[in-house]
Amino acid sequence: MTDLGELYQQIIVEHNRSPRNFRRLPHPNRTAQGHNPLCGDRITLELQFEGDRIQDIGFQGSGCAISQASASLMTSAVLGKSRREAEALFETFHTMITSPPAAPVDVRPLGKLAALAGVRQFPVRVKCASLSWHTLHAALNQDAAPVSTE
Amino acid sequence: MSAPVATPTRKGLDVASLRADFPILATSVRGKPLVYLDNAATSQKPRAVIDAVRRYYETENANVHRGVYYLSERATAAYEGARERARAFLNAKESREIIFLRGTTEAINLVASSWGRVYLQPGDEVLVSAMEHHSNIVPWQLVCEQRNARLAVIPMNRHGELELEAYERLLRGPVKLVAVAHVSNSLGTINPIREMVRLAHARGIPVLVDGAQAAPHFPIDVQAVDCDFYTVSGHKMFGPTGIGVLYGKAAQLDAMPPYQGGGDMIHTVTFAKTTYAPLPAKFEAGTPHIAGAVGLAAAIDYLSALDRERLMTHEADLLAYATERLGAIPGVELVGTAAHKASVISFVLQGIHPHDIGTIVDQEGVAIRTGHHCTQPVMDFFGLPATARASFAFYNTRGDVDVLVAALGKVRRTLLP
Repeated sequence: MTDLGELYQQIIVEHNRSPRNFRRLPHPNRTAQGHNPLCGDRITLELQFEGDRIQDIGFQGSGCAISQASASLMTSAVLGKSRREAEALFETFHTMITSPPAAPVDVRPLGKLAALAGVRQFPVRVKCASLSWHTLHAALNQDAAPVSTE
Repeated sequence: MSAPVATPTRKGLDVASLRADFPILATSVRGKPLVYLDNAATSQKPRAVIDAVRRYYETENANVHRGVYYLSERATAAYEGARERARAFLNAKESREIIFLRGTTEAINLVASSWGRVYLQPGDEVLVSAMEHHSNIVPWQLVCEQRNARLAVIPMNRHGELELEAYERLLRGPVKLVAVAHVSNSLGTINPIREMVRLAHARGIPVLVDGAQAAPHFPIDVQAVDCDFYTVSGHKMFGPTGIGVLYGKAAQLDAMPPYQGGGDMIHTVTFAKTTYAPLPAKFEAGTPHIAGAVGLAAAIDYLSALDRERLMTHEADLLAYATERLGAIPGVELVGTAAHKASVISFVLQGIHPHDIGTIVDQEGVAIRTGHHCTQPVMDFFGLPATARASFAFYNTRGDVDVLVAALGKVRRTLLP
């Protein structure tokens, strides 16, 4: 597959076109906003975070196909996960998209998220793929209850 | 400076031979011939400029305005010779009205800081336009904050043209200075700055014109425009990065305090009191970018040897052709459709983010800018997060447009159903 074909895999294109969990939650208790000033990508992430688990998650925003597909895939992947599990997934994901193109990376724990492996051929697009994850990290590390919209 | 490369005036416009003057245009990227369409961000450099900088370092390098020895005299002559070339390029009255700085950003910061400190009072307004680059917004905001003054904004219409009636109305407010782009970097609009200067001067208001995007496209005459300040960046007009010019009317510059203190800008220094050097040294503290000035002079010589009327005709043809070809692509919407435009085309492709466009066309060797182009208020005005922008120089061809159009076809096939 060409680098480009690897970047814009069918699953990425499809998630960009029909993003999962692209919605507002009725009663979120964690909210965070991500903004990539260079690109203009914006994301608002809402969580129902209870008993140390992500009970529900939704996002809204606009941006490039990579940022939107990444947010869609991420919300599907972390739904039902504990904070520690979600953070561990972020770490593995981050390693995958920032490792040198030739380096072997074990993508098995990532499931569908592995579709974003092609990003590592395009260093300037890493920030697009990681925006939603940084936003999730911010949401998970807020002081409990109050909804913050900075 | 010594021995500028003599470029004979070309009667006809032979774009292929012009392209041969720019070594980078013969290179390949990602296995494809480079199609460089990001000239509004920075232009490529002709061999004459590259050689002039190298020759300066190889044969003339010394500090300026200091030594009594041969090389220092040579370097000083090269540097001051560059100032004279910049004067002629802008048609300034005197070479002391030419201040060498890093570029337009530093030039605007100088005026905002130095002029603003003297003249801005609480309640005063600095009038900018809706299409300014951040570099002609933020320096004014900084000084306005210090002086309790405020920014006022000339509105534009949906084509990206300034509304001159609103401008006249705004001039009746407490406006102390107008700061406006000659050419918009994100929309391509050429603003009617002569008329705008005339209207401001009728009310005794000085005008700064940001000419960063104008100088590469057409001749500048600061005396005809009659503006008080004019700024250009060397790297956007085929010269090196890190060098630019602030033109200011001598009377304005004389009345302004220094911007930075240091060597070269003083007359006498004691711990009790320092007196400042006359223009232009007053505004050139420290060792300047001598090689940059030499390179800029070489760029000016290069441009001056060309028939600029023909370059303008060629660029107008490129703009018309690209506007037609891009406009015919389903889903393309052009952003910035002013009647008077430089060869800059911003566009969006429905359902596709500009960054995806940028990545995919890059695979075809096409370099375009994607993003907000340092004009976030313009993006907000059009309700867009970003645009894709193709900006042309005289060395671009219709063939470059064809490659871009074909690459956009690939973008659509990759990302649309």
